[in-house]
Amino acid sequence: MTVRAEAYPEPLEPYEEVREELERTWEQPPGLWHWLRSVDHKSIAKRYIVTAFLFFVLAGLEAAVMRAQLSRPENHLLGPDAYNQFFTVHGVTMMFLFAVPIMQAMGLYFVPLMIGARNVAFPRLNAYGYWVYLAGGLFLYIAFFLNTGPDVGWFGYVPLSGPGFSPGKRADVYAQSITFTEIAALAGSVEVIVTVFKNRAPGMTLNRMPLFVWAMLIQAFMVLFAMPWVATVTQFLAMDRLVATHFFNPAEGGDALLWQHLFWFFGHPEVYIIFIPALGFVSSIVATFTRRPVFGYPVMVLSMIATGFLGFGLWVHHMFATGLPQLGQSFFTGASMMIAIPSGIQIFCWIATIWSGRPRFTVPFLFVLGFVVLFIIGGFTGVMIASVPFDQQVHDSYFIVAHFHYVLIGGAVFPLFGAFYYWFPKVTGRMLSETLGRWNFWLFFIGMNLTFFPMHQLGLDGMPRRVYTYLPETGWGDLNLLATIGAVTIAISMVIFVINVIVSLRGGVLAGDDPWGGETLEWATSSPPRPYNFPYIPVVTSRSPIWDESEELPVVTGLRTDVRDVLVTTLLDAEPDSRHRHPIPSIWPLLTAIGTTVLFVTLIFTPWGAVIGTPLFLLGLLGWGWPRGRDKWEQQLVESEA
Amino acid sequence: MLGLCLGIACEREERNFQGIPPSASASMPPVRESELQPGPPTRSAPISGPYEENAYGVSQGKTLYNQYNCSGCHFQGGGGIGPPLMDADWIYGSRPENIFETIAEGRPNGMPAFGRKINADQIWQLVAYVRSMSGLLRKDVAPGRSDDMQVRPQEQSTPKARPVHSALPPASERQ
Amino acid sequence: MSAAGSLLTLVQQSHSVLNPAGPQTRMIDRLWDAMYLTSIVVFVLVVGALLWSAFRRRAIDDPPQTPAREQSLKTVVAGATGLTILVLLGFLVYDVAVGRQITRNPGAQALQIRVTGHQWWWEVQYRDSIAKDWATTANEIHIPTGRPVALELRSTDVIHSFWPPDLTPKRDLIPGNVNSLWFRADSAGVYRGQCAEFCGQQHAKMGFLVIAEPPDRFALWLARQRDTAQTPTTDLTRRGQEVFLGSTCVMCHAIGGTPAGSRIGPDLTHLASRRTIAAGTLPNTRGNLAGWILDPQRIKPGTRMPPNQLSPADLHALLAYLETLK
Repeated sequence: MTVRAEAYPEPLEPYEEVREELERTWEQPPGLWHWLRSVDHKSIAKRYIVTAFLFFVLAGLEAAVMRAQLSRPENHLLGPDAYNQFFTVHGVTMMFLFAVPIMQAMGLYFVPLMIGARNVAFPRLNAYGYWVYLAGGLFLYIAFFLNTGPDVGWFGYVPLSGPGFSPGKRADVYAQSITFTEIAALAGSVEVIVTVFKNRAPGMTLNRMPLFVWAMLIQAFMVLFAMPWVATVTQFLAMDRLVATHFFNPAEGGDALLWQHLFWFFGHPEVYIIFIPALGFVSSIVATFTRRPVFGYPVMVLSMIATGFLGFGLWVHHMFATGLPQLGQSFFTGASMMIAIPSGIQIFCWIATIWSGRPRFTVPFLFVLGFVVLFIIGGFTGVMIASVPFDQQVHDSYFIVAHFHYVLIGGAVFPLFGAFYYWFPKVTGRMLSETLGRWNFWLFFIGMNLTFFPMHQLGLDGMPRRVYTYLPETGWGDLNLLATIGAVTIAISMVIFVINVIVSLRGGVLAGDDPWGGETLEWATSSPPRPYNFPYIPVVTSRSPIWDESEELPVVTGLRTDVRDVLVTTLLDAEPDSRHRHPIPSIWPLLTAIGTTVLFVTLIFTPWGAVIGTPLFLLGLLGWGWPRGRDKWEQQLVESEA
Repeated sequence: MLGLCLGIACEREERNFQGIPPSASASMPPVRESELQPGPPTRSAPISGPYEENAYGVSQGKTLYNQYNCSGCHFQGGGGIGPPLMDADWIYGSRPENIFETIAEGRPNGMPAFGRKINADQIWQLVAYVRSMSGLLRKDVAPGRSDDMQVRPQEQSTPKARPVHSALPPASERQ
Repeated sequence: MSAAGSLLTLVQQSHSVLNPAGPQTRMIDRLWDAMYLTSIVVFVLVVGALLWSAFRRRAIDDPPQTPAREQSLKTVVAGATGLTILVLLGFLVYDVAVGRQITRNPGAQALQIRVTGHQWWWEVQYRDSIAKDWATTANEIHIPTGRPVALELRSTDVIHSFWPPDLTPKRDLIPGNVNSLWFRADSAGVYRGQCAEFCGQQHAKMGFLVIAEPPDRFALWLARQRDTAQTPTTDLTRRGQEVFLGSTCVMCHAIGGTPAGSRIGPDLTHLASRRTIAAGTLPNTRGNLAGWILDPQRIKPGTRMPPNQLSPADLHALLAYLETLK
């Protein structure tokens, strides 16, 4: 049982034979039953991406309806009741069902490919995470269509969301749908951390990891530290509402501000949880399309880590108007400004990369250029509202709406679309149309600015957020109409994107393994990758393995192909450590997720939900972990030892 | 499964700001308080309150219950000056129309008539809340805890006190 | 007050961060100017650098990476980072300085006003010479020019946020907490404000006016607010008062000097002296008032005020009575 991690000029076994056996071992047969049991990271990540994109479209439609309502003063398209549900579901969807999951899904797809692994570390947990996420999303939307959509804002401030002011089950749906997505996010982050730490290809030391993998690793750690807070605080809310606890009741020693502290202690890192993966996309795209590695690798990594740490020290800048002491607030001003420094460094490094490289103006690269422009604007307004006095003026006004849409759309969605165009050939084997892509980019860019730039002015003119209408005398009508026109432009650009995807899937240009001339390992395998990712696990000798190896990549041999055998390497230096028997497909993650769903959904109606749901959930875990006897690999091991 | 659980949601979540049409409430048929009557028994169709299944209406009823000072006599349902509302005893009947009539027309021994001071819609909301106190409504419709029910100070801010009925002698007398 | 006249005052009122009327908002406006100009300069520099880097003409044999070139890039990036830090540091000092100045204690001569947030209106109370007494009004805060006012901010239900952008940065009204805030209006005028923290169905229509007037006019106004309401003198207004006291109105509203004393809705003792009704939503005209009384849910869906059924004669009398409440 030795693992040889040396470069072999020729594979030891005949290549075709190895491939065929790997196919048999790792294959996922067609059919619904096998689809439900799948544990392949690519197929699960694809589901994640498609589902999250559908939620993105739904949330975008909600935004479009809201923009239509606000296009003129005293409009009667939506009443306050419907509008409050629309803006809440829009926010919850974008944050919990689109942004975080899709970023994690991109990581779950590409991290194993970039580090030369066969799959993620805990593939069944991965499947479970997806099913729980899907259940949470369906739960929210079924509730929404039944007029039980949350109407308390994605931030759900108590006491408005508490038992006294939110009758019915709307706020419970809010609290519980967040719990679903938190569990999925935590599962995803555990996947990424363990996969990155233990499954890297031999030779890929930490300082040879692609920046994208670093970004996903840092994001996963942030998820691990941030998400439990929101899961806790929403459970406090659910308990206040269901079993009359008094966490947030000032009359009983609770505190309404407790919610805000706990929520924003999650809520601010959340922004960076969404943004840091985007840094990874940008770094990958910039490197490929300037044909050089990103300038200042150590600085980039350190600044991402700095962002990850500082992100946890800013939460009070969401609470500057609550009347906290002045001195304490100053610290958070300082921290909020400090976080601009790593972001600035990253932008300077990319500009340096572009300057010294040879840029190719493909669609992914255009999205990166758009990202830099939009993100700088969002960053500037971010520095402005780090200032306590100025924030107290524009806090909860449309200025803030403008700010965070610049940061989140400019800073995360633009890189995401760049990443879609960049990696689409890898995932599907076909190229997206560059012409349609340019239309998509320019309409999105123009529409984005048309929609959100006027909102800065609206905020300075005193328009508060989360209003379902406004009076004609306020004079906010014209700029709102402009914003609505911008929203229509964005919608058109999205339609073009969807058309582009459909056309490409039906008959796009075949991509080949490496259409862009990429830097990292995912371009070393076929497009789309086979279920086992690489016929032979590559050996990495530099940061840009494909560019630096003029001939074939060196590979690992000695892994079994007749069973699901994966290589475990050491944390720092990625030296081969041991081999690991990889789980086979299973239906139990899905069944456990259904148990979890029963538990969570019944819990919003009665405390007996715990009694009904917990056994189902435990039953799922029991089936999941039930010993199934030895397979031939283990049998051989036992025999050889005996 | 999810749909099933939430399927009963539609009426519960409705926010009916306009209230019930006035004509529906103005002509209340005479209300019976018991089954006793001369002659053979007859059944009148029970009138259901419009907010019995509507969480928003019940919660509005709860707000009004406190704002209109129902709690002045009935307290938080436990009764005091007026009879308790959260037990199973109903002097004048527990059906929605009975309670409506009690609020609108008043009752002997102290219950004032609010018919002219509270409009019918709000009375129906009060009816729903009063019925929820004794568990006559579905649990997912009934309101949750109040934000400000207890009037005693927080435990951590009250001075330490010795138990009154303690058998122990005071510390000074102990060895 | 004629409909046209009150509409005009609604149009003329100011509601903007960029139109400061007090010392604090003026300081914040200057801070904004500085940040805005700096941002434009930095934006032009960075985007210029980006576009130049992307589109600059490259020689065919332009070498992609040489150690010397990387070294000079390193210097440029380090320099840019250093500049960023300096600019941020400058703004940090500026921010903290402005923050300290605007929160300085206004002194003992400040006028004390208590503002209580309700779903979805503002209760405004002025402390009287007798500490127990308060002069109460709603949705309209009169202040003397040139004298600081200190607000005591409370909430009885959910979190609201007090924000007249011309006069002062916002401050939340949090149940269980008492917040305070001071500001000063330097010039007379009507300044609009609105609730800035999402507070439920009618968050959008929870406005108010701050009316800054010369101290002598303010003193007159306050003296009148402290009076009880006028006793009705004509048959019609007497009838109107009977309607008020005998119907649903009395359950929620108070009129000083009458048995009506409920504090659930706005105090109506001097209703006719206010410019708007329904929390800054409608000009205070007879027609609007009638519409609001009969069907408030059409104007503010979800508001706590129930629809009222009144006969035309009763409504006429009630309106006549309410119009005497100057």
